[in-house]
Amino acid sequence: MPASSTFSALLRGLVAALGAILLAACGQQGPSFNATDITGARFGSDFSLTDPDGRTRTLADFRGKAVMVFFGFTQCPDICPSALIRAAEVRQMLGADGERLQVIFVSVDPERDTPEVLREYTAAFGADFLGLYTDVEETRRVADEFRIFYRKVPTGGSYTMDHTATSYVYDPAGKLRLAVGYQQDAASVAADLKTLLQSFPAH
Amino acid sequence: MKKLVLAAILAMSAVAHAQVEVSDVWVRATVPQQRATGVFMNLTAKQDARLVAAESPAADVVEVHEMKMEGEVMKMRAIDALPLPAGQAVALKPGGYHVMLIDLKAQVKEGDVVPVTLVIENAAGQQERIELQAPARPLATPAGGGAMQHRHGQR
Ligand SMILES: [Cu+2]
Repeated sequence: MPASSTFSALLRGLVAALGAILLAACGQQGPSFNATDITGARFGSDFSLTDPDGRTRTLADFRGKAVMVFFGFTQCPDICPSALIRAAEVRQMLGADGERLQVIFVSVDPERDTPEVLREYTAAFGADFLGLYTDVEETRRVADEFRIFYRKVPTGGSYTMDHTATSYVYDPAGKLRLAVGYQQDAASVAADLKTLLQSFPAH
Repeated sequence: MKKLVLAAILAMSAVAHAQVEVSDVWVRATVPQQRATGVFMNLTAKQDARLVAAESPAADVVEVHEMKMEGEVMKMRAIDALPLPAGQAVALKPGGYHVMLIDLKAQVKEGDVVPVTLVIENAAGQQERIELQAPARPLATPAGGGAMQHRHGQR
């Protein structure tokens, strides 16, 4: 690890500790979420993936919006549609603020999730939902970076995928903030997003 | 239009049968080039039985699957048989069991009707085949099976 990042990590720790002391002194707490608060996480600081139009997309492209990222595969009959349906419901529950949420589906099955499939698949859940992918090796690297487990499991002459069903949420400043479990319902996810967006007023 | 009406009738009416009653059968629609999907339904056996296989002309491979969460990891596996205890409703629904259609021969479009055959075995080992017609509901159909709420101001 480069010295500068060690230093900045130390600094972040120090700032967090100071913040905690100050908050405790005032008898207040930071915003509380239904999801797991992973503010200050040492992973998933950015990504560089390809969209169905062939453009490279990074987190910076979505600055000013909360970003919800889910890793899955389109041949999935079950948990992936459920996660994307929840995302669509959250977006709707946010009302006008729904515009400030970008939903991203990252393929863990780039061999079958072609750009065409990804485009059609995400559009079935939300017109502006974005499907992103990369090559097989890079997919592994990105998933590891995001602590997403996945593996191919042979079935019926084909294969299915085991994979982590957690969604991550970035705040509009591009900081990773929340890990949302698959079981959390749309209303409580929407409440979390509302809390998060409130601290970043729209311009 | 005819297809739609047929689908509606099928979706509403339970298929009564000697051994197992099947209701609310549906298949999740796909987008072009998507090669797999799930079929969902409710099964109630009159006497102890097991769902041992499923078939469909719509796909090269048809399996009975169980989806399980281990912590936050989703795992889906083919099972040899799904027990259907007498008088107990067993749901094949998102988050649990489904009939998996693998290597679809064509896109399953909303409103299509997909034939599915269930192979049921009773306690005595006798097999019975139940022919179903599964209407295709939108890809974005939630676990409850109802249509997703209308989203205003989008699309
Ligand atoms: Cu399956």
